[in-house]
Amino acid sequence: MKDAFGTPQSLLILGGTSDIALATARRLIARRTRTVWLAGRPSPALENAAVHLRGLGAETHTISFDAIDSESHEAILGKVFAEGDIDMVLLAFGVLGDQANDERDPAAAARVAQTNYTGAVSSALVCARALQAQGHGSLVVLSSVAAERARRSNFIYGSSKAGLDTFTQGLGDALHGTGAHVMLVRPGFVRTSMTAGLPESPLATTPEAVATAIELGLRRRSETVWVPGSLRLVMAALRHVPRAVFRRLPL
Amino acid sequence: MPADAAAAAPAPSHLSPDRTTPVTGWGRTAPTAARLIRPRTYEEAAAAVRACGARGGIARGLGRAYGDAAQNAGGAVLDMTGLDRVHAIDADGGTVLCDAGVSLHRLMEVLLPLGWFVPVTPGTRQVTVGGAIAADIHGTNHHVSGSFARHVLSLELLTADGEIRTVVPGTPLFDATAGGMGLTGVILTATVRLLPVETSWMSVDTERARDLDDLLTRLTATDRYYRYSVAWIDLLARGASTGRAVLTRGEHAPLEALERPKPSSTRARGGRFSRRDALSSPLEFRTSRLPAAPAFVPEGLLGRTTASLFNEFWYRRAPDARADELQRISTFFHLLDGVPHWNRIYGRSGFVQYQFVVGYGHEEALRRIVGRISARRCPSFLAVLKRFGEGDPGWLSFPLPGWTLALDIPASLPGLGAFLDGLDGEVAAAAGRVYLAKDARLRPELLAVMYPRLPEFRALRRELDPRGVFVSDLARRLGL
Ligand SMILES: Cc1cc2nc3c(=O)[nH]c(=O)nc-3n(C[C@H](O)[C@H](O)[C@H](O)COP(=O)(O)OP(=O)(O)OC[C@H]3O[C@@H](n4cnc5c(N)ncnc54)[C@H](O)[C@@H]3O)c2cc1C
Repeated sequence: MKDAFGTPQSLLILGGTSDIALATARRLIARRTRTVWLAGRPSPALENAAVHLRGLGAETHTISFDAIDSESHEAILGKVFAEGDIDMVLLAFGVLGDQANDERDPAAAARVAQTNYTGAVSSALVCARALQAQGHGSLVVLSSVAAERARRSNFIYGSSKAGLDTFTQGLGDALHGTGAHVMLVRPGFVRTSMTAGLPESPLATTPEAVATAIELGLRRRSETVWVPGSLRLVMAALRHVPRAVFRRLPL
Repeated sequence: MPADAAAAAPAPSHLSPDRTTPVTGWGRTAPTAARLIRPRTYEEAAAAVRACGARGGIARGLGRAYGDAAQNAGGAVLDMTGLDRVHAIDADGGTVLCDAGVSLHRLMEVLLPLGWFVPVTPGTRQVTVGGAIAADIHGTNHHVSGSFARHVLSLELLTADGEIRTVVPGTPLFDATAGGMGLTGVILTATVRLLPVETSWMSVDTERARDLDDLLTRLTATDRYYRYSVAWIDLLARGASTGRAVLTRGEHAPLEALERPKPSSTRARGGRFSRRDALSSPLEFRTSRLPAAPAFVPEGLLGRTTASLFNEFWYRRAPDARADELQRISTFFHLLDGVPHWNRIYGRSGFVQYQFVVGYGHEEALRRIVGRISARRCPSFLAVLKRFGEGDPGWLSFPLPGWTLALDIPASLPGLGAFLDGLDGEVAAAAGRVYLAKDARLRPELLAVMYPRLPEFRALRRELDPRGVFVSDLARRLGL
């Protein structure tokens, strides 16, 4: 169960090698979290993440989970929920793709969409139903500032996050009043292994900062969290910039 | 499907198993959803227990437990306030047999005119008899009278098998149920021993203590002369006045106290007027009611400045010493009941109440904790300090002989969780404990340290309720 400050005792991470997810897990383990499920494609990185979190004092399990294989989600995630209540699900998987390459290779572009959007839709729905049956729990979904407006430089990734973002908002409304809580997290540019080597955007942030914002959002039972918080205002302004101008902005 | 269920979510109705509704405790933290069922008869209650399904059920009274004791995420919550009959009053012997859903407020209304009072009352009348037994509540008379369940002569318990058992003191089932937070079953009725009173007035002495040491000395030296004794302590005062407090102590006023002219040595405000008033109907039970707190309050309204100003006012308002003032029962015991829904003033994140006890001989720990709270500048309004007498037989009953301190803190205060974890450490090291009826955040690892009879409690539950029918969010969170 969560405590008075919204801190979960058990955590399921979809995308168990995500830097943001692991920073969040570290933060929550320092408070109340004692059980962590790391779901992801089997890899040494996933096992290492489990060993690392175990070292911090959490009982940690890994499960084999492939975002693209939507058919399998019900069975795989169902097993986790059958073991006991999950107080928080962090949906953290996603791929950035390679815009230039993906524009040339439609199949590769579709894989970005399948991972970030379709895979999220099916797994989030499975989790949402389980949380609702429990009568409690948070589903925290990592969206992106890129979901807010299409940008020339990454619209394939951005459109997949836009789909996820809209889906999550609707899911939050659907679950309102059921005891389950849905929280949408929109980070800006986060310095992680996923973005290593990319040119940094202004207002770049860190996985630790996202983790801090998630913890605060849980305490407040927020519906949307921007990281950094100032992005909310920046994006409110950018949303109204005419396309002809927006196209040319160095974003 | 989530969408369908969500569309059907609001407005739970009587015995409608598919609707859920969000439930919280008085502190309004950590809401979870459950099917709310309001039985009107014992048979309906038994049927609800038999049908409560995989996520079990828990009884709920008036929801005055601060944390998650009367919540059961995804399962059933049995609202017991529909079972609220007073069955029999023995006006000569001083006992009452009533349903567990009766509130202490109702009992006072019925019993005071007959010259009887409830044996133990908490800081609010809005609790049920069932809730009072399940939390084995204490009042400001604990040092004289012990906790509520000590005055229970017998109770009827609906157990996991759907049977109703009569449970009497001195048995393991009684001691597991008193303070057992509803986890042994649903209390349906109770027979309670009452306290005779001549009037519905309190004769009250008030004095101020300069600092914590002064307060402890005064309480230790004179507590035994008073049936009721409590200190309001200003935890925002710092430096030399750390722990300054207002002591209020009293006794039920005898009839002759209403006739007695006001002693010249006191400065009782409105004393003469209230005495005349009182004499005309000495056993009348009157309460006052202020407008309710608004439904929406912005976060951070109750910051340090507000709390400091209020505490300062409260301390200054009290006289250095005043004796024999007449006060209404509602003023003396239940000041907050005058403002309906006052819990809303803490805003959306809600608030936590931190209440702990440390044994006599551990005054150093108490000083350290008070020092840490003062230094941390928690915006706390009127914390309460009192002395407990002998411990109670309930396995999970909270009181043990020592000092207990209770304070409210807004849950939105940054870093509060870690801070309170630190205080728990001090409490546990001083062989003390925190109160489960108030808890919403204890580290589960500390539970067995604080409650050494937990293994017996768990064993009895396993035997009595092998399928785990009775379960609450509190039980899940702490592994009760
Ligand atoms: C302003 C205020 C002041 C307070 N002051 C004090 C105080 O001075 N001393 C003190 O001890 N406490 C105090 N409390 C706490 C309060 O007395 C307890 O939490 C009490 O249990 C609340 O009773 P309730 O009927 O509201 O029960 P709920 O809050 O609804 O439930 C509390 C527990 O009782 C169980 N329960 C309720 N009814 C039944 C039943 N019929 N059968 C089995 N289990 C049942 C529930 O399962 C739950 O575990 C205070 C609370 C408030 C809000």
